[in-house]
Amino acid sequence: MFRRQRWKEAGTAYTLLSPTLFVLLLFVIGPILFAIYLSFHKVQLLGTASFQFVGFDNFTRILDDTRAKIALWNTAKYVAIVVPTQTMLALVLAATLNAGLKGEKFFRIVYFLPTLTSSAVLTLIFMWMYNQNGLVNHVLKFLGLPTYNWLGDPSVALNAIMIMNIWSTAPFFMVIYLAALQDIPDSLYEAAELDGANAWHKFWYVTVPYLKPVTSFVIIMGLIGTFQLFDQSYIFSGGSGGPNNATLTVVLLIYQYAFKSLGTMGYAAALAFALAIVILLATWLQRKFSKEESLY
Amino acid sequence: MRFGKALLYTILVLYAIVTMIPFLWALSSSFKTLEEIVSGSISFIPKDFTLDNYKQIFIEQELFPRWFMNSVIIAVTVTMLNLIFNSMAGYALARLQFRGKQTIFMIILAVLMIPAQVTMIPNYLILKQLGWLNSYQGMIVPAMINATFIFMMRQFFINFPKELEEAAALDGLSRIGTFFRIVLPLARPALAAQAIFVFMGSWNDFMRPLIILSDPQLFTLPLGLNSFKGQYISYWNYIMAASMVFTMPVLVIYAFFNRYFIKGISFTGGK
Repeated sequence: MFRRQRWKEAGTAYTLLSPTLFVLLLFVIGPILFAIYLSFHKVQLLGTASFQFVGFDNFTRILDDTRAKIALWNTAKYVAIVVPTQTMLALVLAATLNAGLKGEKFFRIVYFLPTLTSSAVLTLIFMWMYNQNGLVNHVLKFLGLPTYNWLGDPSVALNAIMIMNIWSTAPFFMVIYLAALQDIPDSLYEAAELDGANAWHKFWYVTVPYLKPVTSFVIIMGLIGTFQLFDQSYIFSGGSGGPNNATLTVVLLIYQYAFKSLGTMGYAAALAFALAIVILLATWLQRKFSKEESLY
Repeated sequence: MRFGKALLYTILVLYAIVTMIPFLWALSSSFKTLEEIVSGSISFIPKDFTLDNYKQIFIEQELFPRWFMNSVIIAVTVTMLNLIFNSMAGYALARLQFRGKQTIFMIILAVLMIPAQVTMIPNYLILKQLGWLNSYQGMIVPAMINATFIFMMRQFFINFPKELEEAAALDGLSRIGTFFRIVLPLARPALAAQAIFVFMGSWNDFMRPLIILSDPQLFTLPLGLNSFKGQYISYWNYIMAASMVFTMPVLVIYAFFNRYFIKGISFTGGK
């Protein structure tokens, strides 16, 4: 009797899980195994598809590929600048918004706008502003600062995307910080005040340490997001990664090898694995680092 | 102290301006004549206010309404299916006892960590094999569940009071009946937050449609906008008008569901 009931419960569970299991098998687990297979093969899709085993060739090829090195360098630079900047900006904005000022709700709504807007629209708006004769250069000229050919000059094109992305993602992380800030018990601040702490001390010695787990979360999400930069550089450069490979990112390169050139799909799969490993490694390092820090 | 407050207000206002300017600039450009656009004027108020840009994109670009509809159909279907299927899976993982539960749960957690680029290429080949490239189902079926929200729903159902379900069981409702008639309607706040994020994700997605869709008739708005830009490369007044049309629905949704947005985000904040 008891046994039959357990069988029934399992049946119900698998019925409820069936759509999930179907998608997981067909579009996640199957593809992962398939991707491993692809990364060890030379794939030709023209005519009858052919898969030729090449061993580790696709992986060793990465080391000789100049464009892969450029893409990796661009992506690394992008991650190294964007993640810390957006994290700090998000924290400062959240702390400011949490200071009990008037109009908080209004500011929160305004700040949130970029998070809602699609990356395609944001990129187009910024390209319009970055125009040679556009708003950004007019403002710079007005302030007496040098102007740039944001879209066409290889030495500034990636910076243009960085500025845009810091602007658009910092408010998202700000909201996460804001939720956490509201959990800090007032007694901590009161105790600090008794010890004679000023506003800055309270922020630095109470708020920042208390938020460490959230900061760790924000950094990991930031790492995962920035390593996968694609939409912005694709639209910005019309899919080329130009000018002169300045906006070429690893994901854009994977896209190009997979879908824009013939016979390199297996190589693209190998690059995708390399990227996945880099992302896992970066998040693992971050975790390890923040754990050691919280020891004291 | 007074100085501190003034400083905080200055930061708040300055950053609000920094946030608003790109949107206001795009909006104002969408009402400007091409003449004014080309002249490089930096006035936020159009000299000759015109609606021609909006007329132009809807009349000249007959595909534009089509892209809009494609986006709506795909985003709405994906959202509905996600709500049902993620909840079903989350409920089974939270409440039912069965063999393989731990394994399935671990797989779902692992899926969260795998970057989309790894599965992107094989997915393309699988969809090609199924004949689903350039189709609604190719866009919808692989996206109809989401590991993040299965996980979220599981957490939600774990904290859900059991008594209601036990009462329903005494009344003779089956487990699945209880789930659909009692549990799901009570999960509305969690579903609302989820609906917003799934809808936005689908509405704004660029990479998946770029890979799956190649027929302009089937483009979603982000793809359409990108091809639009290629076509009207120096008509920034048209491009900005199209961008504004694209952004409106999301702003309307945001205005309606404002509180769920914030709730939903703090939910993912690991609280």
